[in-house]
Amino acid sequence: MITLTRKPLNALKLPVARTAYKKALIVIACSTLGAVSLNAQSSDVTVPDTIHWTIPFGVGGGTDVWARFFTTWMRDHIQGNPTLVIDNVPGGGSINGSNLFAMRAASDGSQWIGTSASTQYPAMLQDRRVRYSYDDWTPILATPTGGVVYAQPSLGDNAEEVLSALTEQRVKFAVQSHTGLELPVLIALDLLGADVQAVSGMRSRGEGRLAFERGEADIDFQTTSAYFSSVAPLVESGRAVPLFSLGVLSESGDIIRDPAFPDLPTFNEVYETLHGEAPSGPAAEAYRKFFASGFTLQKLILLPSDTPEALIQEYREAARRFVDTEAFKDAAMAQLGPYTPVVGEVVEQHLQEAMSLDDTTRQWLVEWLLEQHGARI
Amino acid sequence: MLDVLFSSLGQLFTVPHMLYMVIGVLIGLVVGIIPGLGGIAGMSLLLPFLYGMEPSVALGMLMGLVAVIPTGDTFASVLLGIPGSSASQATVVDGFALAKKGQAARALSSAFLSSMIGGLIGALVLTAFILIARPVVLSFSSSELFMLTLLGLSMVAVLSGKDVFKGVAACGVGLLVGTIGMAPATGEFRLPFEIDYLYDGLPLVVVGLGIFALPEIIDLLVRRGAIAEQPCKLGKGWKEGIKDVAQRPGLVARCAGIGSLMGTIPGLAGSVVDWLTYGHAVQSAKDKSQFGKGDIRGVIAPESANNACACGAMVPTLLFGIPGSGTAAVFLGGLLLLGLQPGVSMLETNLDLTYTIIWSLALANILGAALCLGLARPVASLTRVPFVILAPLITILILFAAYQATRSLGDLFALGIIGAVGVLFKQANWSRPAFLIGFVLAPGAEAYFYQAAQFQGAEAFMRPGVLIIGALIAASLIVPPLRSYLQKRRPTEKSATHELQEEVAPLSLGVIDVVLLGSLLAGAGYMWLVFADLSMLGGIMPRLAIFIIVAACLLEIIRTVIKPMKWQVQTLRQQFLWVAGFFALIGSVMVFGFLFTAAVFCLGFLLVVARVKPVVAVGVTAGITLFLVGIANLLALTYPAGMLVSL
Repeated sequence: MITLTRKPLNALKLPVARTAYKKALIVIACSTLGAVSLNAQSSDVTVPDTIHWTIPFGVGGGTDVWARFFTTWMRDHIQGNPTLVIDNVPGGGSINGSNLFAMRAASDGSQWIGTSASTQYPAMLQDRRVRYSYDDWTPILATPTGGVVYAQPSLGDNAEEVLSALTEQRVKFAVQSHTGLELPVLIALDLLGADVQAVSGMRSRGEGRLAFERGEADIDFQTTSAYFSSVAPLVESGRAVPLFSLGVLSESGDIIRDPAFPDLPTFNEVYETLHGEAPSGPAAEAYRKFFASGFTLQKLILLPSDTPEALIQEYREAARRFVDTEAFKDAAMAQLGPYTPVVGEVVEQHLQEAMSLDDTTRQWLVEWLLEQHGARI
Repeated sequence: MLDVLFSSLGQLFTVPHMLYMVIGVLIGLVVGIIPGLGGIAGMSLLLPFLYGMEPSVALGMLMGLVAVIPTGDTFASVLLGIPGSSASQATVVDGFALAKKGQAARALSSAFLSSMIGGLIGALVLTAFILIARPVVLSFSSSELFMLTLLGLSMVAVLSGKDVFKGVAACGVGLLVGTIGMAPATGEFRLPFEIDYLYDGLPLVVVGLGIFALPEIIDLLVRRGAIAEQPCKLGKGWKEGIKDVAQRPGLVARCAGIGSLMGTIPGLAGSVVDWLTYGHAVQSAKDKSQFGKGDIRGVIAPESANNACACGAMVPTLLFGIPGSGTAAVFLGGLLLLGLQPGVSMLETNLDLTYTIIWSLALANILGAALCLGLARPVASLTRVPFVILAPLITILILFAAYQATRSLGDLFALGIIGAVGVLFKQANWSRPAFLIGFVLAPGAEAYFYQAAQFQGAEAFMRPGVLIIGALIAASLIVPPLRSYLQKRRPTEKSATHELQEEVAPLSLGVIDVVLLGSLLAGAGYMWLVFADLSMLGGIMPRLAIFIIVAACLLEIIRTVIKPMKWQVQTLRQQFLWVAGFFALIGSVMVFGFLFTAAVFCLGFLLVVARVKPVVAVGVTAGITLFLVGIANLLALTYPAGMLVSL
């Protein structure tokens, strides 16, 4: 049902990719063995004994669990197996902890931060509380996620009927806040011509789904892992109709079908079928940016940019040593869904691109939020 | 289903499972006993070890922890007057009053026994309910949840007794403080005063500690006794506590039932349950005069409810993947780390694990309560130690506990300010529980009202569930006064006439009342102006809170003018000095850092104020410092370092 690689779309290349992948696996296996046996002389980097990893969220939340999942893998693959200590700094929806990190973190490689969409969005929207800048940080690894928009079957039996019903009647959508993870979804629905009434104040995406299951919300959205565990059963029993996925960003920067939902069209495909052309203008630009920073790079491991280059490279190498292994993919299935983390330079490029919101787009967003949803930023 | 039920029971009694569960129970006890550390801290201790563990064993350990924390935190509530966690706030009111009367052991033993029974009832409810819970939980829409918050607010009238207007005003202040932060409807910020800390609103733990614990410490310091004013009869006390519970099976069962059902409704914080059941105990009692002064029913009711509630909170966690409480949220994280996705499929594919969870919950409740009962006697003798010796220890514990809320210096300042308000309220007899209920329910009431109106429009308030809860609210407000009225009309009964005389006793008014009324009215006017910029939706709740404050204050003033008044002397100078001292302590934390301040304060206080032998002072100080350093290492905490360090 689910493919494990991030780019299965180009079917012709797949066998090649697979052999290359096996080769890579052997190379990695050999190099790991080599690294283990030749540990003493392997390199001139001094990795700190203890790495403090700031997680600007409380214990047990999504980002915290994500970080705890990665600590074991990172520890086992960084030279000298440093101790990774998770430092939870809850409050301010991750802004407080990130501000503290920006202010205090030492750049000797002993301090990491793990951020999420809710850290990235306020920085893009220039929230007045934000005192951190992604320009000062260098990414080690990013994990993507995908998501699916679905609707009540009362709106129509299939996606097409629902989509046309959306343009004819007002639909309700339960969101955490207008500038939360749901922001790109709200923009996408607006681009499709749907008249959406966003009811805010949900404390989690899960509460939003509960409102959908109770029949209070007409339309809802979940990220991949939540979709599989909680929405797929609803779809099977005919209590939800999937409309489209957000897709994933390919390395060349195109939005392609999500490997987790190969049968579902992406938002861009749906838009093209309806309008005959790709979405454009400030709305499409805003969608693209928030999609990239909230989904393609949903969660990031970062450290201060002035950390010694050799250490940054060592951490990135460590991540590369495990992200493509079967063992990791099996373990990651429940945590990350069928997506492979992105490591190193690729993240750096995407990150810069995603976080930069030009003034026209931001201005459009401010006006749109106020007009459509009565929300001020 | 039955075979799964028993096969998972068999699983429970295997050696590794029992072993890990006992580990979980022991950690839970320690974490529960230390104030400020609740389920969230306990879980974060265990989470790193989960990865790679056998799920059923790991779940046993987690449940051991979850089940015991609302039992263990009773120690702090009863003995020190510190709400150990949000689940034990109501226990403080009568539990600590009992401890002050020298009946700590009685309060503790009845608390533990009712905790255990509550937990078992909770597990029982969960066993049956988990299979049929889905439609029930789904039937609670935002409008029913809104009505439940109103039901919670109606308890204010019950809890404030004859000072009902003061209680309502206190509740209004709580509501107003609860609106600090982001408006759920529009994302506007209210009352942030450009302070980053306030954008998020105040944390419940800080408000709970400030309103209850700090005023109690200061009060005890002013009076300089031991916590127990009378010599403690420990030997008799704990049997009496068990007898107390045995005599009130109905109350225990009802409160456990309320607790487990409230727990199953996601979104309604577990911290309301103890007040609801406390209110229920007051309402259903014939003689209400002892509540707040040490009525054992005030301990039994919330304690039977809070463990049951912890069980109930597992229903939405397991069924919907939506945590019913803070601890359940961390438990959810633990499930994900074990590779288990909670949700409908959890029941279909992992029913055995689900029942392992429930069995572990029940067994851990028994184990935890038994351990606590064993500890009750030795620990209760703490109350005979002169309070001046305990005071620095408790003060540092409170600072530590408050700081765990968001790990910001703002926590300490908020604690001090709320504490000062608490001192005023305590001295002038304004209901502190009413304030807390207002604070706890404000965000929920606003969000649910807004959501109900948005989702359902006017129909929201015609739903059958809404009407039923509405009838309950009406009954809870009308029945008690009606009953006392009917009792008064029967003059033949001697006890009734006695009660009558008490009612007619002149109301008292003091200088603090005047100050509070004046500053609340002035403050309300000022706030009204501050809120002028808010949009209609974002401003409705704070404006309502102001309206409630003003109306209650005016009614109180009218009442004092009409009715016969007795001027009461309310002293404040000494209390005020201690509050100032507390702020000096916070200032010192800012400048010199937490660890240094804690050590110096403790040593200085013991030598200068408590005048103990230097050896004892040094020993106690070293103990506190070691504890702080140890717990920091264990939980990966960093304390405020102080400005001097960064120079």
